[in-house]
Amino acid sequence: MDIHFLVHEEGDGVGVAVVEGLTAGQEVSGWIMKEDKPITAKTITDIPIGHKIALKDFEKGDSVFKYSTDIGKVVAPIKKGEHVHVHNLKTKRW
Amino acid sequence: MQTRFLGYRRENGRVGVRNHVIILPLDDLSNAACEAVANNIKGTMALPHAYGRLQFGADLELYFRTLIGTGSNPNVAAVVVIGIEPQWTNVVVEGIAKTGKPVAGFAIEQNGDLNTICDASRKAKEFMHMASEQQRVECDISELWVSTKCGESDTTSGIATNPTVGNAYDKLYEKNATLLFGETTELTGGEHLVLERCINDEVRKQFQFFFDRYADVVDRNKTSDLSDSQPTKGNIEGGLTTIEEKALGNIQKIGRKPPVVGCLDKAETPTGPGLWFMDSSSAAAEMVTLCAASGFVVHFFPTGQGNIVGNPILPVIKLCSNPRTLRTMNEHFDVDVSGLLSRKINLEEAGDSLLEMMVRTASGRLTAAELLRHDEYIITRLYESA
Repeated sequence: MDIHFLVHEEGDGVGVAVVEGLTAGQEVSGWIMKEDKPITAKTITDIPIGHKIALKDFEKGDSVFKYSTDIGKVVAPIKKGEHVHVHNLKTKRW
Repeated sequence: MQTRFLGYRRENGRVGVRNHVIILPLDDLSNAACEAVANNIKGTMALPHAYGRLQFGADLELYFRTLIGTGSNPNVAAVVVIGIEPQWTNVVVEGIAKTGKPVAGFAIEQNGDLNTICDASRKAKEFMHMASEQQRVECDISELWVSTKCGESDTTSGIATNPTVGNAYDKLYEKNATLLFGETTELTGGEHLVLERCINDEVRKQFQFFFDRYADVVDRNKTSDLSDSQPTKGNIEGGLTTIEEKALGNIQKIGRKPPVVGCLDKAETPTGPGLWFMDSSSAAAEMVTLCAASGFVVHFFPTGQGNIVGNPILPVIKLCSNPRTLRTMNEHFDVDVSGLLSRKINLEEAGDSLLEMMVRTASGRLTAAELLRHDEYIITRLYESA
C-alpha cells in the first residue's frame, strides 16, 4: 500500500506528507514509525510534500507535539486534516 | 560492513583521504598571489577568503586556529602560506609545521606580488612533485574522523536522512571512530536531549556553557523571534515550521548509541575517539570549514531542500530522501535514501549505504560537491576588526 504520510510517534499531533500532490478531501494512508503501526486520515486542505497534516483539532494556545516533544504553540485554530505551518504554529523560543 | 580503506598516512600518524597541496593566504590581500601560484602549478589549490587584517582577541585566536587547523588537516599533503607581512605568516607556518608536514611561508612586503609568486611557485612545484609520488595505504575506519552537519533541512531530514547519519554514527562509534556534530542554535528545543547524552557532569556543564553563550549572542542581536532566518526560507518551503521542530530533526544525526565524550570551542581538535560536540554556526559553509579546521577528513551532509555546499579539503558526502529534491537537482547527491519514505528500505540498510559511500569516498571516489567545484572556504568571525 502506498504511504502518503508518516508520523514519528504514536500520540504526535501531526503527520508529514511524503508524496507530492495531496489535495483537500483525500483519504490518506500513513505509518507511525516508532510503533510500526498504520494510520489513516482525511485531508481538508492541500498538503504539499514535507508539510504537516493535523491529526486532531487544536485551539489557539495549544501545544503541538512531534517526536513526542513540544514543537511550538498554536496561534490560530486548526482542524483535523488541515495543513499545519507558519500561519497557525509558532516557536515558543527566542 | 567494510572496515578498511585506502588513505594517506601523515607524518603525525593521522590518516587523510585526499592529498591536496594548498596555497593558503594569510589575509585578504594575499588572495591574488595565492591564486596566481595555484594557476602556475598544476594540482595545487588556492583557498581565497575575506579576512586576516586587524583582527584581535578571541576572534584572532579563532582565526589562527582556523588557518593552522586547515593546513594541519590530514587531507593536506603540504602547504604554501602567503601573507602580506612575515610575522603573522610565520605564526601560521609554525603552527602547521608541528604536524611534521612540509610547509613554507612567503611575505609580499619588500618583495611585491611578482617575486613572491615566483618564489612560492617554485616551492609549490617541489611540494607537488613530492605529493604526486605519495601512495595510498590500507587503513582502518577507526582512524577516520567523520563530521556531520545538515542543511536546507525539511521534514524528510528528520524522518529519514538525518536518522541515516545517526545509524551510520552508531556503527562508526562501535568501530572506535572519531565523530563530530555541532550547530549550536539548531539544537534549540532539543538541548535537553543532548544534555542527556553527555557522558558526565563535566561534559554536561561544557555543553550548557556553549549553548548559553550562543543563546546570548542571539538574544543580544535579535530584532525578532528569528523566524525570518531560523528556520530558513528553504526550511519553511520544505515544511519545517519552528526551530524546535528543526532541532528535533537535527539531533537525529547523532544516532542512539554514542555518548558525547567532550565539547570543543570552534576549530578546536578532539583528543580521543567517540562523539564530540563543537560549538559552531549553523550556516553550512562556516560549519563545514570549522570541521575541516578541527581535523575531520570526511563529512556527512544530509539535506532536504538541497543545500549544495562543499569544502576545498574536506569531502562532503551529500545525502537526501526528498523525492522532489532528488528529481529536480540530482547532480548534487551521493546517496539517495528516498526508499526510507516509501518503506522500500529500512534504516539499517540506509545507514549501510552511507557507510559504503564513505569507504568509497575515503579511498578516493570524488563527491558530487568536489566534482561540481563547491570549494566554499568560509571563516567564522566573532566580531568586527579593530
